Amino acid sequence: MTFIGNKSDLRVVGTRPVRPDGVDKVTGRAVFGADAIMSGQITGKVLRSPHAHARIVSIDASKALKLAGVKAVITAADLPNIASEEAFVGEGPMNFRDLSLNCMARGKALYEGHAVAAVAAMTDAIADAALALIDVKYEVLPHVIDVEEAMAPGAPILHDDLFTAGETPKPTKPSNVAKKVRFTIGDVEAGFKAADVIIERRYTTAPVHQAYIEPHACVAAWAADGQCTVISSSQGHFMIRSYCAKLLGIEISNIRVVPAEIGGGFGGKTLVYLEPLALALSKKAGRPVKMVMTREDVFRATGPTSGAAIEMKVGATKDGKITAAQAVMKYQAGAFPGSPINPGLMCAFAMYDLANVDVLGYDVVSNRPKVAAYRAPGAPMASFAAESTIDDLALKLGMDPIELRMKNAAKQGSKTAYGVTHGVIGYEEVLQAAKAHPHWSAPLGKNQGRGFATGFWFNIGGESTGAVFVNEDGTVNVVSGSPDIGGSRASMVMMAAEVLGIDVEKCRAVIPDTSSVGFTNVTGGSRVTYATGMAVTQAAQAVVEDLKKRAAMIWDISPEAVEWKDGEAVPAGANAGGFDPLPLAAIAMKSAKTGGPIGSEVSVNAQGAGPGFGAHICDIEVDPETGHATILRYTAVQDVGRAIHPGYVEGQIQGGAAQGIGWALNEEYIYNKKGLMDNAGFLDYRIPVASDLPMIEAVMVEVPNTRHPFGVRGVGEVPIVPPMAAVGNAIRGAIGIRMEHLPMSPPRIRAAIDGAKMPKAAE
Amino acid sequence: MAKVVISGSSCHEFTHGETEFEVAATTFRRLIPELEARFPGLGTHVEEYMAVAIDGVIFQDAYDAQLKPESEIVLIPKIGAG
Amino acid sequence: MSKIHVTTTVNGEPAEFLCEPQESLLDALRNTLNLTGSKEGCGSGDCGACSVIVDGRLVCSCLMLAAEAGGVSITTIEGIAQGDKLHPIQQKYLEHAALQCGFCTPGFIVATKALLDSNPNPTETEIRYWLAGNLCRCTGYDKIVRAVQDAASEMRGG
Ligand code: FES
Ligand code: FES
Repeated sequence: MTFIGNKSDLRVVGTRPVRPDGVDKVTGRAVFGADAIMSGQITGKVLRSPHAHARIVSIDASKALKLAGVKAVITAADLPNIASEEAFVGEGPMNFRDLSLNCMARGKALYEGHAVAAVAAMTDAIADAALALIDVKYEVLPHVIDVEEAMAPGAPILHDDLFTAGETPKPTKPSNVAKKVRFTIGDVEAGFKAADVIIERRYTTAPVHQAYIEPHACVAAWAADGQCTVISSSQGHFMIRSYCAKLLGIEISNIRVVPAEIGGGFGGKTLVYLEPLALALSKKAGRPVKMVMTREDVFRATGPTSGAAIEMKVGATKDGKITAAQAVMKYQAGAFPGSPINPGLMCAFAMYDLANVDVLGYDVVSNRPKVAAYRAPGAPMASFAAESTIDDLALKLGMDPIELRMKNAAKQGSKTAYGVTHGVIGYEEVLQAAKAHPHWSAPLGKNQGRGFATGFWFNIGGESTGAVFVNEDGTVNVVSGSPDIGGSRASMVMMAAEVLGIDVEKCRAVIPDTSSVGFTNVTGGSRVTYATGMAVTQAAQAVVEDLKKRAAMIWDISPEAVEWKDGEAVPAGANAGGFDPLPLAAIAMKSAKTGGPIGSEVSVNAQGAGPGFGAHICDIEVDPETGHATILRYTAVQDVGRAIHPGYVEGQIQGGAAQGIGWALNEEYIYNKKGLMDNAGFLDYRIPVASDLPMIEAVMVEVPNTRHPFGVRGVGEVPIVPPMAAVGNAIRGAIGIRMEHLPMSPPRIRAAIDGAKMPKAAE
Repeated sequence: MAKVVISGSSCHEFTHGETEFEVAATTFRRLIPELEARFPGLGTHVEEYMAVAIDGVIFQDAYDAQLKPESEIVLIPKIGAG
Repeated sequence: MSKIHVTTTVNGEPAEFLCEPQESLLDALRNTLNLTGSKEGCGSGDCGACSVIVDGRLVCSCLMLAAEAGGVSITTIEGIAQGDKLHPIQQKYLEHAALQCGFCTPGFIVATKALLDSNPNPTETEIRYWLAGNLCRCTGYDKIVRAVQDAASEMRGG
């Protein structure tokens, strides 16, 4: 794999063409999950637990089954009882038994909204009536919601067979703490001794939902011969295929998953919820079954990300050298183990070149929906704590916050807390760009504050397939296995067009079903432009080699005597002969005579994605009367490696920042005393709307990643990492108070202002 | 002999706290049985859940990743997607 | 339970359908008339993905009963373009990369149309408040607002 060209040599990469799937999406023709139809389909619906924690004593579906129009009822008894088997699959470690139990409760319901039965019926109304007729007897158990309460002795235990991993000696009593993990470098005790200034704080963050606007939806058919078809919207149709095969005991070749357009995922659609149920219902009913979640279902039963409780301590010398950093992080996993505690611990201080770091983490189950990945999983909470603490450190040292970070910035050769030495990274460039930006020095008014914070994400590679096929008229189809969530079709055709030297409009993007293209991991972790882009680029390069051979055959000269330039074969030099250039279309027209169809499919398992860094500047005005914080100005600087389509790169940065702002100011799961969610709708779970935000300026720094042909680093994850601390630091500037709890909602800010007025008021 | 460092405590239950080893293996593929032989269960754990970072480049899945004596080789938890 | 017969106009064409008394206009459009461009993001009037224009007014079709649609004129996302010619609003959303997943986009475009029909020269604040009933989780709204500004200027002949 070679690094292609300087920026100035690129014709297509770095421009802003209209995306290939754009027209379908602005005219309403794009088919999303809920829009898909299979002939003869009926409706499937799920009966969900009304309790946070309950033993399922019995389920009697006989009345429902007698209702006219009901075609099938399933419970856990109708699904294979999966043995505990763990594997690392694309988006993270997964225990298939847990995944199966999360799709359908067996014996115990572990959170409000946990599926306990499902029906398939001729109409929505009949399905609803049938759900009401299913008689489930529960024995309600004590529940626990809060992460620290779940860790406390005597807490209600969710799983009798869960013992804390990473504890020595091996515990003999079950616990809600699934895992304890620690990363250490150097000697923090010595580091704190060497410090002149130490800041110590405790933070909590609420679980937040990915809140994609499209609820989960699928339609599935199990044919009499065992062949299954699923149409669903997800971040990976191959992921749907693997999980359905695993959970239902189907051979993979018997499942074909067709990717519908996906209405947002952000990590939340890297799991299955409905698909296995729809297939099981379809098998029983003998008809295709369509299932669509309501918004309430999405909130109550699908993955938010972890809330966290974090203690943090950072020390530095008078001149601003950080001597030690320490943290204890407790992450909620929801009802099954698997919070992103590892990346949380690893990302917290990855922006800094530190000699002494000690981070300890806990993965804790409680009676909430199982968490799913959410953009840079684990990093945002950790960074909120770290970057708030470092801001306080700057304040105490009387240093400019960017200056303090520059002084401690990670660069090539810096060792991280997890022991890995950074390669070529762009953190210093990002800090410099932020410092030089006019935003950083603009004046502020009364009740206004400016916050600065930074963030890190690894970015990942993984398995991807890309193919390039030249049609007989010289147009090109670019095929890949990555569902397009945010414009990746555009970047795929652009990379192909760049290599082939043709107009991007001549290239069309196709994302076919799982039986028509090679395996590809989920769209997530900021891997698609990197890994799938690598596959597509290599396929296009193979096509160019082939085109050169074909041209040589047409000219009847040796292939070495042919060069590819601007979409045409040209003779390599005077000795090659005086031929007119052969454009791609002319070679394509003759493909039958030169060896048949022209095309190439490449599968890769891309390694070594380039890490990304971001720095955000946020101006806020706080209304001291109401505690309402208004974002006045927002600038997000990020090292993107190289932007293929700058419009969609900016879009990722702006969208990530907006999600982070929601996380900072408003979003949270609110539970009542019974452990039931009180705000399962967009009215009360408030994500940012247009009038909550200003323009978000995205500043792209380009420090190319030498492992990708065009220098791509992932971009989608990083921008959600800095906002919470950037917002909190701005509020600190505006009101002089450090907010330690997310979200920093108006009542919390108001209470903090009131509390500060009283001498020695409690938190 | 290359030096392999296991990052974090996630393998402590297998290694009883040891975090650095000299290994004969020259590839990630060969590292797995070698670790398994030394600490039963560790090889499987590493194969399933750990990535190897070689001179700062993270290989999530690569049997053929080269373990050179002069390289920094760190086993870290695999990174998931979001 | 007997169905209700509704005669109406959708995207300038006469249309008729049968619906249940409790059925939403959104369900009738999507399930009966096969106009799946309008999306359901919440079913409770909070996301705007189902936005349609009814007799010149912007409406959440998930909150309107299908049975109330008799005799009105409905514009859905499918009726914004003229044949194969995109409306300037659609064109500008594309040019500004104002969509990522595209699920919210039909609702935004319909809402933008309703805005610019009534206010051809809105300020940024007016745009942001008008579109506050439409949720987008992908874009952070920046490019959407710019697309609306640009479309407004083009439609004014700027
Ligand atoms: S679906 Fe109508 S407002 Fe959300
Ligand atoms: S583009 Fe995805 S919700 Fe708006």
